[in-house]
Parts: sequence; C-alpha cells; structure tokens
Amino acid sequence: MNTKKLEEKIFKGLMIGSSLLIFGVLLYILYIIIKKGLPSLSWEMISQIPSGGFYLGKEGGILNAIMGSLYLIFFSVVISLLISVPVVMYLNFTLRKKSRFSAFARLTFDVLFGIPSIVYGAFGFTIMIFFGLQASLFGGIIAVSLLIIPVMIRSIDEVAILIPVELIEATKSLGATNYETIKVIVRQLLPGISTAVLLSVGRGIGDGATVLFTAGYTDSIPTSLTQPTATLPLAIFFQLSSPIEEVQNRAYSAALILTVIILMLSFSARYFSRRFSKNKI
Amino acid sequence: MELITAPLITVPLTIEQPKFKVMNGSHSLNPHIVVENLNIFIKGNHILKDINMTIPDKSITCIIGPSGCGKTTLLRSFNRLHDDNVDVKIKGKLFVDGEDIYTKDTEVTHIRKKMGLLAQRPCSLPMSIIDNVVYGPRLHGVRGRRKLYEIARHQLVAVGLWDEVKDRLKTPASTLSIGQQQRLCLARGLAVEPEIILGDEATSALDPISSKTIEELFVTIKDKYTVVLVTHTLRQAKRIADYVAFMYMGELVEFGTADQLFNHPKNQLTKEYISGGFS
Repeated sequence: MNTKKLEEKIFKGLMIGSSLLIFGVLLYILYIIIKKGLPSLSWEMISQIPSGGFYLGKEGGILNAIMGSLYLIFFSVVISLLISVPVVMYLNFTLRKKSRFSAFARLTFDVLFGIPSIVYGAFGFTIMIFFGLQASLFGGIIAVSLLIIPVMIRSIDEVAILIPVELIEATKSLGATNYETIKVIVRQLLPGISTAVLLSVGRGIGDGATVLFTAGYTDSIPTSLTQPTATLPLAIFFQLSSPIEEVQNRAYSAALILTVIILMLSFSARYFSRRFSKNKI
Repeated sequence: MELITAPLITVPLTIEQPKFKVMNGSHSLNPHIVVENLNIFIKGNHILKDINMTIPDKSITCIIGPSGCGKTTLLRSFNRLHDDNVDVKIKGKLFVDGEDIYTKDTEVTHIRKKMGLLAQRPCSLPMSIIDNVVYGPRLHGVRGRRKLYEIARHQLVAVGLWDEVKDRLKTPASTLSIGQQQRLCLARGLAVEPEIILGDEATSALDPISSKTIEELFVTIKDKYTVVLVTHTLRQAKRIADYVAFMYMGELVEFGTADQLFNHPKNQLTKEYISGGFS
C-alpha cells in the first residue's frame, strides 16, 4: 500500500474515531442520568415544590427550581436579545466592516465569552451589593444576561458578517431608510438569531456558578423580581452534596429534567427556525 | 445634397455641450441625468476625473470601458449609493430632472425612489416572491392587499415572470433560478415607479438565455424609462444601446450615439477598445 492511501486511512480513522468518542460520551452521560435519575423521577418531582423534609428524603418536588430556571432564562434571553441584536447591527452595518473599533469590539466579546461563569456571578454580586440588592430573581437575570450576551453577540455576528452588501444596497435603492433596511437584515438573520438563542439558553440554564450568589436558593416559586429563586443546576448541586442516598438520586432526576428541558428547547427552536426559513427565506 | 430618409441621429451629444437637445428624427430627447464636473475620490485616489455627461431620457445608455475605469462608481453615484461609504468624496454636480441631487437638502430616499438598481448578482430580499415585488410600494405607503397584488401582477407580467410564478407567489424568492431572480429584481425596481433603471452589469452573472430575456426587457421598457447600463460586453452594448459612453482610467473618453461611437469613433482609444485592441 502506498503512503498516500495509508495517510488517507489514518485520517479517516481519526475523524471517525473522534466523532464516535464524542457521541459515546454523550450517550454515557445520558445513560448515567437516566439510570440513576429515572427511578426517582415521579410526577411529584415535577409538579410540587419541596415540602418540609424534602432534603431528608421525604415528599416534595423541584418545581421551584424548574420554574426558577425557566423564569431566569426567559428574561435573560429577552434582555440579551435586546442588547445583542443592536450591537451586531452596529458592528456590521453602521461601522465599516473592517474598522479598528469593530476589530477591538470583537476581541472584547471573545474575551468576555471566555470569562468563567463564576466570575460573572461574583461580578453580578458586587453590583447587587452596590445597589443594595439581595440575592433575587432580578440579580440572577442580570448575571445570566451578562454571561450569555457575549455568546449571543458572537453567534449572531458570525451570520451577520455573511450578509451581502448587495442586500443592503438592494433595499436602499428601493428607497428604504436605514431603519427599514435593518428590518430586512434582521429577517435575513433570523435563523442565525434562533441558533444564538439556542446556544445561550443552553449555556445560561445549565450554569450554576452565576446564580449561586445572585439568585440565591429558596423552596418556593418566586412571585416577584425581588424574591430569591431556586434553579435547576443548584438543585442538583445541593441534593448531590447530601449524604442521604435518596436525595442524591433525586439530583440525578433533576439533571434528567434539566437535560430534557434543554433538548426540548433545542428541538423546538430547530423545528421553528426550519419552518420559518422555509416560508420566508 | 441627398435627403436622408432613415431616422438618423444627426447631431451627436457631446461632452462639451452637456445640456444639448438631440433631435432624433421624429421627436426630441430631453436630458434626464446631467453630470457636471464630477470628481470622485476613494481613499484619496482620484477615481473619476471631471466627468461631464448628459444622459437623454427614454433611451438606453451603455457605459463601457475596461475594468477599474470607474464605470460602476459613476453609476452608483447616480443614486447616491456612495453615501454610506465614508472613504468616498464626491465633488461636482449631478442633476436628475434638473434637480441637483448632491445638495444637503436632497432627500436621499426620494432620489432613490426615482431609480431602480439592478445589481450584477440578483439579490432577492428574504421574503416571498410577491413581497419582494411590493416591498418598495409598501415602503412608500401603498396599502391594501388587492392593490399590492395588482402592482405585483402588473410588474411580474411586465418582466415576463408572471406565468412562471403565478402559482407560487408565496414561496420564498430564493427558490427561483438566478435568471428568474434577476427579472424579479427588475420587477421590484419597476414597482416603485422609477424614471430611471440603472443596471450594473446586470446580465453578467446570467446564462445566455436569461441574459437575452433581460436585454429584450430593457429594449421594451425604454419607451417609458431611461435605462443606464454598465456593461463589460461590447456586443451587448452594440445590440441594445442608443447611446454609448466610453470610459478609460476614470475619464470619459467619448460619448455619442451607438452608431457614431461604434462605427465612427473619434478617439484613438475608443477605436482600439471597440476593435478589441485592449481590454
């Protein structure tokens, strides 16, 4: 066999091998949380808030954490979208594509992207202290927004860079103002935006470190922005650190719930973006 | 002296006489776009040098010349597409319908509404076929589904696309072939009821048949519109142009009727270019 063919085979093997490895790890994670979590997963787990002796293995569920996480991520995503989309528009369509400032801004977002979530948590915490706020849903929303804004900007930016100048010129030559042009661009960007939302939901909802200080933890479902809130990652964390086996197993079922929520959101986002792009783009 | 029976253009449009009226046998032609001492600098480079030109209305004017001679820059200055580019400095005057379009008070959307632009590659908007056509009218305040539908139908018929798309008006415009998309873009441009159609190598990305369709469309619509085309293909200019401008290195070398420029070029450069001496 000649060397070219051998080379080809080695690289092909490497590609298949690493793909399988990653896929295997995913399957193994799913296997563990299903195996350990499914037995203690019950309707009670997802429909009730913890009752008195929950952390000792008695009745109750983690509805508080489920709702808390959903509230948190929903508001954070909305806030982040309101900030990220204008930023991307500014970077790509108001500034020149290759200006020095936009390069600097992109570098900044990359740095922010790489900052560990615990740092955002701590930063959010200092801001809250400065404003005299306590651990609350609001604090959590701010910290999670800080965490996911760079994710969003970067992933929308990736698609916005690819928007052809011709599209902008086409709309402008029809007599569109800047604002009207941007509306068309946003429409073109929608699949990119939905991917960005997906990524940030994944990152935001599963992050425990940001909400540890900022959102706190409580057994009830928050009814206002100033109340602390429980979150699924912290529910997993607290239950897993319990010495009682039953509580530990519940941590796995909480993990299972979290995974299912993320999967559901991904699949539905994908479905809608595909449907949408079929109709509109 | 013998009488000339064919409708021959006897008085050429010349650079020296920018506002000259041309007698074209039966009817007189009015200047539609007048360029006076136009100079354009991009990042300090002198791209267009003292352009003086009068483009008559209701006719096809082709701008020809080798790559990088400033054809596109000139065309884009007609509807102020350089506005967003801070590197571009424009000096001189440009009149459309006698109105200077580079004054501070000129409303740029008003200027652009007068002109439809056809780019090199068709660029459909991210929406359905019908929404593409009525995008412009909607921007300018036309409301009512019936009315918009009628506009769309009318313009799609005008560009010969109606029969191909009437059953799928609601499908995304991106599903059309590239030739169809270019016709859609033309329909979209026509829908804002412009006076001028600007084409920037509008057929160069198309297959021969689609490009022929577009060419024929230009000829059909020139009764109502002033068509200005930048083209690389000399043969296209020969086929459809009424007037031809030859540009070289940022200067307007010669402007005249197609017959005059192709058959009796005055300038040596023009002669060489149209005989294929350089490209």
